Order: sequence, then structure tokens, then C-alpha cells
Amino acid sequence: MTQLPTPGATPAAPPPAEPLPTAAPVRPRWRETLGLLARNPTAAVSAVVLVLIVLVAVFDETLAPDGPNEQDPSLQLQPPSWAHPFGTDEFGRDVFSRVILGAATSLRVGFLSVAFALVVGTLIGLLAGFYGTWVDDVLMRLMDVLFAFPAVLLAIAIVAIRGAGPANAILAIGIVYVPIFARVTRASVLGVREEVYVRASRSVGASDWRLITRHVLPNAAPPIIVQTSVSLAFAVLAEAALSFLGLGPRRPDPSWGLMLADGRGFIEQAWWYAVFPGLAIVVTVLCFNLLGDGLRDVLDPRQRTLMAGSGR
Amino acid sequence: MSAPSFEKPATAAAPVLEVEDLRVDLRTPRGTAHVVNGLSYTVGPGETVAVVGESGSGKSVSVLALLGLLPARTATVTGRALLQGEDLLTMAPERLRQVRGPGAGMVFQDPMTSLNPVLTVGRQLTEGLRAHGPVSKAAARARAVELLGEVGLPDPGRAVGRYPHELSGGMRQRVVIAMALANSPALLIADEATTALDVTVQAQILDLVERLQSEHGTGVIWITHDLGVVAGIADRVLVMYGGRCVEDGTVDDVLERPVHPYTRGLLGALPDLAADPDEDLATIAGTPPAPTDLPAGCVFWPRCPVRGDARCETEQPPLAVVGRGGAGLPHRAATWCAEREAS
Amino acid sequence: MSVLVFSLIHLVRGDPIRLALGTRFSQETYDALRERSGLDLPLVQQYFTWAGRALTGDLGVSFRSGDTVTSLIGERLPATLTLALAALVVALVIALPLGMLSALHPRSLIDRVATVVSQFGISVPDFWLSIMLILVFAGLLGWLPSGGYVPLTEDPLGWLQRLVLPAVATGVVSGSVITRFVRSSMLEALGQDHVRTAQAKGVPTRQVLTWHVLRNALLPLVTVTGVQLAYLLSGVVVVEIVFSWPGLGQLAYQAVRDRDFPVLQGAVLLFALVFLVINLLVDLLYSRIDPRIARR
Repeated sequence: MTQLPTPGATPAAPPPAEPLPTAAPVRPRWRETLGLLARNPTAAVSAVVLVLIVLVAVFDETLAPDGPNEQDPSLQLQPPSWAHPFGTDEFGRDVFSRVILGAATSLRVGFLSVAFALVVGTLIGLLAGFYGTWVDDVLMRLMDVLFAFPAVLLAIAIVAIRGAGPANAILAIGIVYVPIFARVTRASVLGVREEVYVRASRSVGASDWRLITRHVLPNAAPPIIVQTSVSLAFAVLAEAALSFLGLGPRRPDPSWGLMLADGRGFIEQAWWYAVFPGLAIVVTVLCFNLLGDGLRDVLDPRQRTLMAGSGR
Repeated sequence: MSAPSFEKPATAAAPVLEVEDLRVDLRTPRGTAHVVNGLSYTVGPGETVAVVGESGSGKSVSVLALLGLLPARTATVTGRALLQGEDLLTMAPERLRQVRGPGAGMVFQDPMTSLNPVLTVGRQLTEGLRAHGPVSKAAARARAVELLGEVGLPDPGRAVGRYPHELSGGMRQRVVIAMALANSPALLIADEATTALDVTVQAQILDLVERLQSEHGTGVIWITHDLGVVAGIADRVLVMYGGRCVEDGTVDDVLERPVHPYTRGLLGALPDLAADPDEDLATIAGTPPAPTDLPAGCVFWPRCPVRGDARCETEQPPLAVVGRGGAGLPHRAATWCAEREAS
Repeated sequence: MSVLVFSLIHLVRGDPIRLALGTRFSQETYDALRERSGLDLPLVQQYFTWAGRALTGDLGVSFRSGDTVTSLIGERLPATLTLALAALVVALVIALPLGMLSALHPRSLIDRVATVVSQFGISVPDFWLSIMLILVFAGLLGWLPSGGYVPLTEDPLGWLQRLVLPAVATGVVSGSVITRFVRSSMLEALGQDHVRTAQAKGVPTRQVLTWHVLRNALLPLVTVTGVQLAYLLSGVVVVEIVFSWPGLGQLAYQAVRDRDFPVLQGAVLLFALVFLVINLLVDLLYSRIDPRIARR
């Protein structure tokens, strides 16, 4: 039997209804990635807002009109005004200033905990995926165990054991996200491990370290990057939850979660007290999520939303 | 609805399907793709028309358009397609649904994906039966068993209770064919129905379709890029390229006396059994034109090995009669070459 | 038969997890006991004593009240289960129609709205949402109580009124996650070849959607819903506190504040156990509804 001169051809299928996202680049090229991201308005806006939030967090003391604990007993629980755009709390402190000052706490805990999870999780995932066999079994079984705990509860338990405070909050949230990074990394390492170029490098005697750093990691990176953005969102949420429960920073340090916890008591008299810190959390988390989605579209279009929400 | 039965292919009778100037545009991110550009043909009762062409020539889209199976949001279909006198393209959705099945049945290429993995074979067969009139569950099931027997599935009584993944590819394709034939359609459209199957199974299925066709007088459109299948099954052949019909006629005319350089190229690609088996198949250099950016003149011009004057590049050749086949059927080709050769 | 084998495999897989669970707990037990009672037993012995008792349902005694942990948990479990299930109902009521509609009409208005709503829902802290709900429905509108709990048997209406807000606050987040999932798995199911086959048979659209799109899209959805139920059970911790809902979350929280480790231990163990049980149930359910697995 004869085929027409297109070997292995399939018949013309109608183009899919959705335009296909650009194919995943084998290696993320930064300029290209940024360019694609810039064409995704939601992700671009989110990135800009996040940069602004980070700037606010860095220059918080310059930007905040009042100090964190400047009290004015004559201005207790004042509604929003030009002088105090977000109103004042029960001690007459400026909520706006405290929201600005709280950004640093939230972001610091968020970034550091995700950095911890990223480093530890990626390392575990790399080892498990690259070496396979019993290393894989032991490590991933361990990750399964961690993963079996509800995230918030695990974090609460860790803080409970080690005591409240930002450092332990970072550790707690970090530990919670280790298994997620480990899984994502392992999956993507498994995907590239058997690629021809990796085997080729191995056959010419490249060391494991060289293989991992030169070939495996760069190619396994896109899902990890996406996961980082999404995890930052959840880390900020988790930090807020822990501080809300009084397991994070201590009063009177400004923290969004703590402000919510305090504002909750005055919800009937002073809605602004709980509303604005909450909005700050929502905007930050939303931007990380949207950026994560944008990055996923650009870097890793095949990844499904299976992992979405797995941190909650 | 039952199709009238004909003893022999009788092309003089009213055609089952009359397609006139069918055009399909698809909106894509890269602009409008002109996938089918003015296709006209007829299929008589009991007749098999083979549509051949490379991937991307618009074969599949042209038949999906007939049954309204293209995504409505992106596809624009114009022209006329009379199935037993009724225009499929302007039909109300509910009427079109009624026609799918008893009017026209369709067999898709990949038996691995064209069955629903989570429903039993019987469920998928009876569903088609019961969608077209009140049939009791028991009667539908009995008919399903009968159909599976007809398409040569061993132990049809047990097969109805099986899930697709429990059957081999060949068996699944028989199921798909049984589904297409369930309502005794006047027209059977087979889109690369045997491409995914091995040669033995392919031969069995071709036999099966021919037998059923002679029993029911069904008109068949057989889409393929396998010229061996064409020679074996077709009465007439329609060669598509760039969304256009570039040559059509009886199977003898087109395969024995091809006129269009594209058809000639395709036939040149047939391996000569006597030739050196290590020698690669002849191929036509280049790739088919992008449907978003069709050439102004002859669609085949960019790849044509014998292209001549400027007219080929700038003026589109009409589909003109170049000869008459055995049954007085016209042999047509859309090329300036025929004229050049004649003069 | 195959179902049984399947579940057995999962039981075995669950075993090392539970073992390791114990290791972690024994550390806590160890610390706690040493701190509280100065006991300095070897770790392994600690663990085996504890694990042995836990297997018989004895999780120790609360440092605070002296009640058995089992009885404390037993008291609180129904409230938490009620809330989690109610939240799941809310989540599905939001997610199924929204996800399906947006998959059926991609890039339509409803799709855009669904995308925005679900993104927002994923990004909102549930405790803040709780406070906002209280602000609006209890404060401004005064329709519903701001918290508390009455048993269903005593006051069905009061029970329902107090259930609504916490259930919504918890359910919105899961609902958003599930919405996105329903959308993507529906889109995937819609693109399958067999959907076109069904259409080509002349099967009515509604039937195609039910049997060839929804039926197939539901398979992965079962998994996600199961995972979400597990997270709902833990996610209620904070919401329970805001609404003074007397469930396990509140118990765990109080245990944390009081450093009442046996109770915390018991609560965490229970949550992890529930997580495993739900995963097991999901697998069992999956093998029942996906013939490709059931017959293997």
C-alpha cells in the first residue's frame, strides 16, 4: 500500500478552537519570556503591581506618613479621611501607615519561606528524579507523608512546637511547601532525564553535578518558576493566617494578619480597620497568582491546573 | 428512514449528495485560513467517491463542514450541500441532528479516540439508534448485537457489554463503522477510516464496506491519502490540493491518465514493486500552501515541476473537462497544462 | 475482586505514611512529656507506647482539662464535618455551573466573569472573607447571626442560619479552585474525538454534553473534589475561630495556645487520617466510575 508523499502525515484537523499557546521553550530565554509576558496584559499588570508592593515594603518607613506606633488618643477609630485615608485604629494609630509597614513583614515571611521551600524542595526533587531507585523511593515517600498533612494545620503545629514568631512562621510555611516543590521538580527532571542530550552528555563522561546544573536543571526550570510564583501567593496567605491566629509577629509590630485579628473586634464600629489590611492581602496574593498563571502560559503551557490550590 | 437499494451503481439516479461551491474559512490566530475553496462534486447511490490529497489539503474539513461538525465560532461555511435534496448547510440545527445518522453516517480516523472510553460499546451503539425515533432499550440492544455481527465482530452478544479499551484497534474501528451504519445512512463518510489500522485489518474493513454498500446502496465518500485503497474501492476520484479540486474523474481516468501535474506527482510517488526496494519513494518537492496565504494563480504553481507561462502564476485555472471516461463521466482537471499540451 | 486488590495496595501504601506519622508525633510526645512531667523515656519506647494506645483509640489525656483526647475530638468532630460538607456543597454549587458555562462559552462574558471571580476567590484569605461576610450580613443587613452554634436537633432554623456564613466563607475558596478545574477538564473533554463521533450519530446536544462531555470531565473532578474536601476540613480551622464554631479547628487552636500537646497531636492525627481516608475513598470511587481502572 502506498502513502501520499507526506510520510507519517495525519489528515487535516480543524484548527483548535482556542489558539494554541506558544510552545514551551526548551530553555527559558529571559528576554523572550519577558517579551511574551509583556504581551499578556494581566500578568504584566500584576508584575508591575508586585514591583510597586515590593518597593513599598522596601521604603516603608519613608513612605508611611506615621510611625507604626504613633498613637493619638483623640483620634481613636476615626473613619477614613484625607489625613488618614484608611482611618485609625483603637489607639488612634494610622491604619494606612500600618498597612504600608505591614507589607515588609508579609513579603519577608513570604519570600523567605518560599526560598526555603524552593531550595530544599528542588534539591530533594532533583536527587529523587535524577538518581531514581531507592533514593527516589525514600525521599518521595517522605514527601508523601508531609503532604498528607493539611497545610495550615501543619504550619500551626510546627509553630506550636517551636513557639510563635516570624522566624518559626517562615520555617513552618517553608516546610509545608517543600513537598510541592519536590514533586514538581522531580516530575520535570524525570521528563528531561532520558532526553537524548542528557544521555549523550553522560556517555561522554560528564559528571553528575555538571549534568544536573548544565542540562537537567535549566530544562526542568519552567514549572518550578511557575510554582514559585503560585507558592508566594499561598505563602502570603499562610503568613496572614498564622499572624491572624497570633502565631506570627507579636503586637504591636504591624502585620496584616494581626491587624485583621484586632480589627475583627471592632467590625461593627470601624469597618475600615479590618477591610484595608485584608484588601492589601488580597491584592498581593491576587498579583502573585495572576503572574503565576501568566508565567504558566508562557513557560509551561502543558501544565494543567492540577496543582492549583494544592497548598490550601 | 431506509435507503432504497440499488443493484448496481446507477449514477443516472438522483444523487445522494450534491456539493456545490463549498467554501470553508477558519478564523485562526494567524488570520483567516481558506481551507476549502469552491468544491463541487456529487455522490450517486451505491457510488464510492475517493477524496485524495496530502495532509492539509482540506479533505477532512470539507466533510466535517457538511455535517456541521466544525466549531461554529471559528468556521464559516458557504455554498450548497444537498443531501437527498435537502441543503445541509442551511438546515435548522434540530433537522441537521436528525439527518446525522440516518442521512449521513461518519467514520473517523482514529479508532483509539473516536469512542468514548467510559461507555460500553453497546451504550454507544444504542445511543445512536435511540436518538432517531422511539426504540425500546431491548430492541436497540438487539439491533446493536446484530450490527456488531454484521461488521464481523466475534461474539457480538458479549461485545456489546465491553468497553472500548477492551477491544483491539481493528475491532474498535468495526464498532465505529457499526455506529455509522446503525441507522442505514444514505451516505457514509469515511475519513481516513483505515489509516490507523494494519494492512490485513484494512483489507477486511474495505471488504466489509463494499459488501454493506452493495446491500444497502449507500453512497460513500472515502477520504484517504492511500492510493492503494483508492484503486481498490473507488468508482470516482477527486484530487484535492490547497482546498480545491484539482482533478476528478473515474478511477481509471485519474489513476491511468492523470492530467494535473499534482496528480501525476502523486502517482509518481507510487512505489514500483519491481523497483529497487531501498530506493526512496518519489516525493513532490516543497510543502502545500498555507491556507492563510494561497497563491493567486494555480494553487500548485509554487511546487509545480512543469510550470510554464506567467498565467500559471497569476490566473487561476478553472476545472475544465479534459476527457470522458467509461460511463460517459467527465474527466476534469484544473490546470493550464492540458491546454498547453493540446496546443 | 479487582477493587479489593486495588484498595489493598492503597492500604499498604498508607502504612508507611502512618508509621512516619508516628515518628513525628513521638517527637512531640517526647518533648511534651519531658516538659510536663519530666519523663525521659527513650524515643522509640515513647513512640510504641503511644502508637499502641492510639491504635486502640486511646490518644491520651488533655493536659488542661484531664478529659480524654478521644472524647474531646468525638465531641467536636460532628460540627467540623457538618461545616466541611456544607462548604463542599457551597463550593460545588458555585463551581459546577460556573465552570461548565465558561467551558461551553470560552471567552464569553460569563467566562470572563468566572475567571475573575475564581481568581479572586483563590486569593482571598478565608478569615478575611469571613469578617467581610459578618460585616455585611450580620452587621449591615442583620440577616444572619455573626457566629455561634446550636445543635440541629434543638433549633433547625438557627442551626442553618449559623451554618450559612461559615460554609460560604470556606466554600468560596474551594469553589474557585474547583471552578477552574471544571472549566479546564470540560474544555479538554469537549475537544475529544468521541464527542464529535457522538454528534455525528445525531445524538441530541444535551445528551452529548451529559454523556460524552460531563461524564468524562467528572472523572478527574472526583479526585480534585476529594482533595478539596480534605483541605476544607483543615481550612475550617481559621473560619471556625472567626465564627466561634465549636469544631476541631477551634479545639486544635486552643490546644496550641494552651500547649496542650496530646490534644493537638490527636487533632493533627485525625486530620491526617481523614485526609488518607478521603484519598482512599476517592480512589475507590474512581475505580467504580472509570471502567479503564475497574477492569484492570
